[in-house]
Amino acid sequence: MKEKALILNDIDIDRILKRISHEIIEQNKGSNNLVFIGIQKRGIPLAGRIAKNISELENIKLEVGKLDITFYRDDLLKRVKPKVEITDIPFNIDDKDVVLVDDVLFTGRTIRASLDALIDMGRPKTIQLVVLIDRGHRELPIKADYVGKNIPTSLNEFIEVNLAEIDGKDSVKICEKD
Amino acid sequence: MLGVKNIIDIDDLSSEDIKLIMENADSFAEVLERDLKKVPTLRGKTLVNLFFEPSTRTRTSFEIAAKRLSADMINFSASTSSLKKGETIIDTVNTIQSMVVDLLIIRHSDSGVLNFISRNINTPVINAGDGKHQHPTQALLDLYTIKKSFKSFKDLKVALVGDIANSRVARSNARLFKRMGMNVSLVSAPMMLPEDMSYFGADIFYCIDDVIKEVDILYMLRMQFERQQRKYYPSIKEYNRFLSLNTDRFGMMKKGSIVMHPGPVNRGIEISETVMNLETEMPARIKINNQVNNGVAVRMALIYLILISRQENI
Repeated sequence: MKEKALILNDIDIDRILKRISHEIIEQNKGSNNLVFIGIQKRGIPLAGRIAKNISELENIKLEVGKLDITFYRDDLLKRVKPKVEITDIPFNIDDKDVVLVDDVLFTGRTIRASLDALIDMGRPKTIQLVVLIDRGHRELPIKADYVGKNIPTSLNEFIEVNLAEIDGKDSVKICEKD
Repeated sequence: MLGVKNIIDIDDLSSEDIKLIMENADSFAEVLERDLKKVPTLRGKTLVNLFFEPSTRTRTSFEIAAKRLSADMINFSASTSSLKKGETIIDTVNTIQSMVVDLLIIRHSDSGVLNFISRNINTPVINAGDGKHQHPTQALLDLYTIKKSFKSFKDLKVALVGDIANSRVARSNARLFKRMGMNVSLVSAPMMLPEDMSYFGADIFYCIDDVIKEVDILYMLRMQFERQQRKYYPSIKEYNRFLSLNTDRFGMMKKGSIVMHPGPVNRGIEISETVMNLETEMPARIKINNQVNNGVAVRMALIYLILISRQENI
């Protein structure tokens, strides 16, 4: 693995999440009906930060859940992941505007699995997608409603997202596979 | 990834395997709490329950676990099969294997049959109880139940009480509990102790009162009447006097301690009617139904881990 470029630092990420927080409020004409669900792993701190921004702006308490999509993968037996992370959505998503948050949007298969998982849990009014980075190469007809930054990549590159809650500091890097 | 293809003896699993199973069980337990208790994870996989000996909870537990993961589960019971027509076990197993199944779950009354079957087929095998030998999935679900009740396994005092000699649960559990750092005692009568005591490496007591005040986990074993060719105990009254859990004894147990039993309970023998009825009132102390519920989550985790581990090796 070779690091090619630092795309975003902590200040950039903070600005992006603030901008997206405002966009979500604007798009939904308020925040009363919103709930947030982060996709394991790095979608979770991102969802938490956006929810915190909005609750401060709107003076409202917002719920944040965690979703692991291992059970819904279509490539489970090809890309094996022995440890299944916990799903924790301790609220009802029926008739809610669900804001689904992930770090990188790539093939779209994780999002497809997430949509299946959410629909099994209830019937949200809407599901909206936030991603910090859209790196292209979609294999399914899926697009994000709120994008932090579009980063066109080649297939032998990958995006490394670090977040303070998990990795100790915030950064987004573009790296090349050996 | 699990280090083993089959789960036959609890000692086959490494400490990492056990840790992975325990960690994953939490995620599977969450699925069981949802309104829609089913995920598509193992769509298209076929599992067979091959039971040469009667069972309600273990067979149903595996069946529910498989169905919650969207795998197809076929139940095969020996009493209605061609075994009645004289087919040998290995031919029966081979026939089932030819139908391309992904995992076999087998119970048999003879100790060691599982080893024999697993040596002769490619399909992975889970032991759902073989004679007096092993019942590894029971041990794992019991360990998970203990994990949910205590902060750490280290130095927990556990007493296995009752018919040790005939109990595969006692064998698997004693080995696993010891490995996790617990202090294991056996409470039994001389007639119900096994010959291979060194296998357990545990202290022996002859009356439940000797341990009742100190134990964190009181694990009551079922009187295995079906395996007792001779009479192991003079009378139920005698059993009650030395080995049963009644209200008085339950009252002597320390704060935070739990009562477990692998089921089915012989009411009035291992555990008194009154104590049995306390479970709804005290679910934090009496864990018998909780064990059953945890059994499904732990078996889902096991099925999942065996099948994904298998895929990688192909």
